[in-house]
Amino acid sequence: MVHPRLYWGEAGNDLTPALFELPISRNYQHGGWNKTEHFSTISGAPVSASRTYDIFNKNGWGRSLHFLAAWFLVLTGVAYWLAGLLTQHFRNRLWPGVKELRARLLWQDLLRHFRPQLPAQTSRRPYGLLQKCTYMGVVFFLLPLAAITGLTMSPAITAAYPFLLKLFAGAQSARTIHFAAALLLLLFLIVHVAMVVRSGFKQQMQGMLFGK
Amino acid sequence: MKKKYLITRRKAIITGLTSVGGLLLSGCLKKGPPTYGNILRMGDAFTYAAQRTLLPGQSLAKEYQRSDITSFPATGTTNPGDPLHRGDNNKIPYSAEYARLQGGAFTSWGLAVEGRVARPKSYSLTDLKRFFLRTQITRHTCEEGWTAIAEWTGVPLSIVLQDAGILASARFVNFYAYDGYMHSIDMLDALHPQTILAYGMNGQELPIQHGAPVRVRVENQIGYKSVKFLQRIVVTDEFVDRGDRGWAWYVGI
Repeated sequence: MVHPRLYWGEAGNDLTPALFELPISRNYQHGGWNKTEHFSTISGAPVSASRTYDIFNKNGWGRSLHFLAAWFLVLTGVAYWLAGLLTQHFRNRLWPGVKELRARLLWQDLLRHFRPQLPAQTSRRPYGLLQKCTYMGVVFFLLPLAAITGLTMSPAITAAYPFLLKLFAGAQSARTIHFAAALLLLLFLIVHVAMVVRSGFKQQMQGMLFGK
Repeated sequence: MKKKYLITRRKAIITGLTSVGGLLLSGCLKKGPPTYGNILRMGDAFTYAAQRTLLPGQSLAKEYQRSDITSFPATGTTNPGDPLHRGDNNKIPYSAEYARLQGGAFTSWGLAVEGRVARPKSYSLTDLKRFFLRTQITRHTCEEGWTAIAEWTGVPLSIVLQDAGILASARFVNFYAYDGYMHSIDMLDALHPQTILAYGMNGQELPIQHGAPVRVRVENQIGYKSVKFLQRIVVTDEFVDRGDRGWAWYVGI
């Protein structure tokens, strides 16, 4: 990460306090700054400093890859949404139903995932309650949130749609939420793959790929 | 008499789309350093086409209050007039010419405007300050992830281009800097009311590390399009491809 600091609000940089800092690259607290200069004589006034540190930065191709991937995500995501709505896949298979949404049932389903033997999921069986809730959250909340907070970091988009900055309390808040959404999506991926392996990898892969 | 517009919406869209084609073509035909560029550029070209087609033209970037002004790091080249100075990109951007101008407090500095203009000429700092000035408090968005808010004072680029008699065949405005840096923007961004040649920052003369004496501000794109230490502006009717250096040309996102 080129700038491993996250902020809340519109603006944030190395010369302003961070919400938190991530010790994940050599850019973390590099301290390569020359003397700070004040923009005015008033105490506490904004300052400037020149960076002298050769930071780690592969954003040239990193950004291009990110946005190319973003286009794939948006286009396949929209196709998936349309297909899911038109075929009633979301309503029939993913929507948990109000009756199912009980704390006790959710808790029971959670415990079931930690048993040594997981009941095999097949295409004939409905999804589990926790599974349904997670899928709904990922499909209708996390992925759109990631996309929209991403757009809120774009100068051209926020010029055209300034309400995005209001919605997420600023460009840096949007970046922080974007990062949190990405972490949650990563967590989802890890747990999802772990569950596929635990519940019978071969059978699950056949189910996903060939519908058997 | 029918009013002749310099740039119409249709023209802007066609220009946008054809230049994307140009970008892709030049990306394919030119021999450059071995890069991922041609594939990865597809996403950037698609973003450019989508933003130029779908976004309403000439929306203004959000402007802030004086109390919103924040501290502002200076990155990249921070003084091309210092022979011992290295930019944080580890390049030595020394320019003896810039050192000389800096020594004379930029009184002999001049910004050449040439190319597709009827009256190519050089503007001194005093010339630029004689034009209508615009002050805007805007957010600088760096590709690295940080942002900073500052007040910029300068002359809208469109006014300087009109003064130089920009020709109808103009399609791109290329900025050349004393540290060897160059970037270009299309006419839609060049004629944007917030695209200014800034000579003031936070009520002072533009500091050296932020691009003295004059830098461009392109508020609808990422920070690296706002070229510092301006030396020369060339208006062209074709895209000047400086080779794939790994950084996207259009960065409205």
